[in-house]
Amino acid sequence: MNRIDKKFEELKAQNKKALITFVTAGDPDLDTTILLIKEMESQGADIIELGIPYSDPIAEGPVIQSANARALKNGIKIKNVMEAVKRARESVKVPLIYLLYFNCILQYGPECFFSDCKESGIDGVIIPDLPFEERDEVQGCADGCGIHLISLVSPTSRERMGKIAKNARGFLYCVSSLGVTGMRDRFETDFDDFFRTINKYAHLPKALGFGISTAEHIRELKGYCDGLIVGSAVVKQVERSRDAGEAVINVGNFVKTLRKAMDE
Amino acid sequence: MTFQKKGRFGKFGGQYAPETLMNALIELEREYDRYKQEDDFNNDLNFYYKEYAGRPSMLYYAERMTKSLGGAKVYLKREDLNHTGSHKINNVLGQVLLAKRMGKKRVIAETGAGQHGVATATAAALFNMECEVFMGKEDMERQSLNVFRMKLLGAEVHPVSSGTGTLKDATSEAMRNWALRVEDAFYVIGSVVGPHPYPTMVRDFQSVIGREVKEQILKKEGRYPDYLIACVGGGSNAMGLFYPFLEDEEVGMVGVEAAGKGLDTGKHAASITRGSIGVLHGMKSYFLQDRDGQINPVYSISAGLDYPGIGPQHAHFYETGRAQYVSVTDDEAVEAFKYLTRTEGIIPALESSHAVAYALKLAPRLSGDKIIVINLSGRGDKDAYTVARYMGVDINE
Repeated sequence: MNRIDKKFEELKAQNKKALITFVTAGDPDLDTTILLIKEMESQGADIIELGIPYSDPIAEGPVIQSANARALKNGIKIKNVMEAVKRARESVKVPLIYLLYFNCILQYGPECFFSDCKESGIDGVIIPDLPFEERDEVQGCADGCGIHLISLVSPTSRERMGKIAKNARGFLYCVSSLGVTGMRDRFETDFDDFFRTINKYAHLPKALGFGISTAEHIRELKGYCDGLIVGSAVVKQVERSRDAGEAVINVGNFVKTLRKAMDE
Repeated sequence: MTFQKKGRFGKFGGQYAPETLMNALIELEREYDRYKQEDDFNNDLNFYYKEYAGRPSMLYYAERMTKSLGGAKVYLKREDLNHTGSHKINNVLGQVLLAKRMGKKRVIAETGAGQHGVATATAAALFNMECEVFMGKEDMERQSLNVFRMKLLGAEVHPVSSGTGTLKDATSEAMRNWALRVEDAFYVIGSVVGPHPYPTMVRDFQSVIGREVKEQILKKEGRYPDYLIACVGGGSNAMGLFYPFLEDEEVGMVGVEAAGKGLDTGKHAASITRGSIGVLHGMKSYFLQDRDGQINPVYSISAGLDYPGIGPQHAHFYETGRAQYVSVTDDEAVEAFKYLTRTEGIIPALESSHAVAYALKLAPRLSGDKIIVINLSGRGDKDAYTVARYMGVDINE
């Protein structure tokens, strides 16, 4: 059984919601990334997303764009990320998910990519620029390796939600707002309406992401779904740290406050 | 696979866009399919082509050039004479008229050399719409005159400093902004690139170039040309010229890419010549990239060709052999720029100078009964500073 499915079952049994956190792999270096994964797990992250740095991340806001640029400056290759994940997996138990752009998979070779994911201990893959209509290029490879391709729905998806939800695996990534990733002060979306539509179609766990950056947001939004995703706000904690040690402390403290808000 | 997916040219094209944009793309496709068949829309478009942009553009027999090269007969399709100075207006008028009909109040655009930004700002002024243009920071420095023109026209110009600060990054930023404003904004893409339906729609609006050439050359020569030559960055002026000749197999097509400082220097923008198949900005096509799929920085003296990819239908033409793709260096392009200026009294854009440069090589090798049509996609006034700098001349007061 895929670790993502298992995790959501466990959480459901405990009447808890999933805290999903994100860091960009290789920002500032892969040794730190491994430490961050371990620290986030120990502070209560249920699932961890790892962004694979890309030169042209069209769905990312400025914070994750900068993290990508920092990682690429250090010459991070996907092979290195796979190796780092493998090392982290020796002790890390939580599901690990890659977030990366389709071109990276295409150049790696989809079959090779998903089998390396499986071998290194990855459980799911989010491809922000691969909509439902283009999924068949990799769906077979992903399924064959037992890796969940995570589907996204956004407030503009409307009638597309049916077919997306029907074919989704693991959990449904619900995009909170229009635009790109990044911290927001408030949300314009009518979540009652948004989740009413989603719940009509989705029979798998739902996690909300994009812009969620504070404990207040967690309290405000956790009632709508089965999990919340915090990305840019975690990356910001890395960015503001002077060195790896400080990054681990800052990220750890931040995840701890998020966990607390989630469990209140 | 025999089943052809929507928006595909062979295996190229597609719709690799974030979910937030998908319904907007589907709506755009539906509305475009509807309006392109309506007489009312086409009459409007043709009215503005003629009365506003100054179409049809002339097909000019370059007699002195022909004599000096001593080979094939050379014609120039004078897109440089269009209002705003390039072929970009053809596409922009089509898209902005469509945006207006779809009830959009705001248009956004990316621009490299600034020609597409100027054209979009112009149409936005004409149709009283808000306009925001995304432009690489480096390009804003190279093309400060166009930045000023856009501002005069009422557009807001946003500098993009992420990545390499050029057209690629401006395109990414425009797509990000579109995702934010997707409900009230219309994204006017400037070339035959991007997710479906853009490559098809832009091709259709630019095809006025080739349709006119067909009529004009028949009148002058009683037959179709042997070669069509056009520069390619994203490839819209080339596609506009080529596409109406697609079924006329006797007509050769040559797309000219920017070889920059040379194909082996790593400083070029020759996506087909030196690239590989990938996905960026919503489309599968040829891109300059590394083995991890990271997009390489590209370079050309001409800001309008400074893009790491090419339109998907060009990729398909290349793969099927229907068109041929060659490349021309900065040096050759600047020589051609000077040559055409002195020989015909026409200052071509540095982009178009790449097409002229290839014609300088091809024409002398052909016999006098052969005909070449060069797409003179834009005028070169905007490049005067760049060429002066290149020649080491200081023209600042």
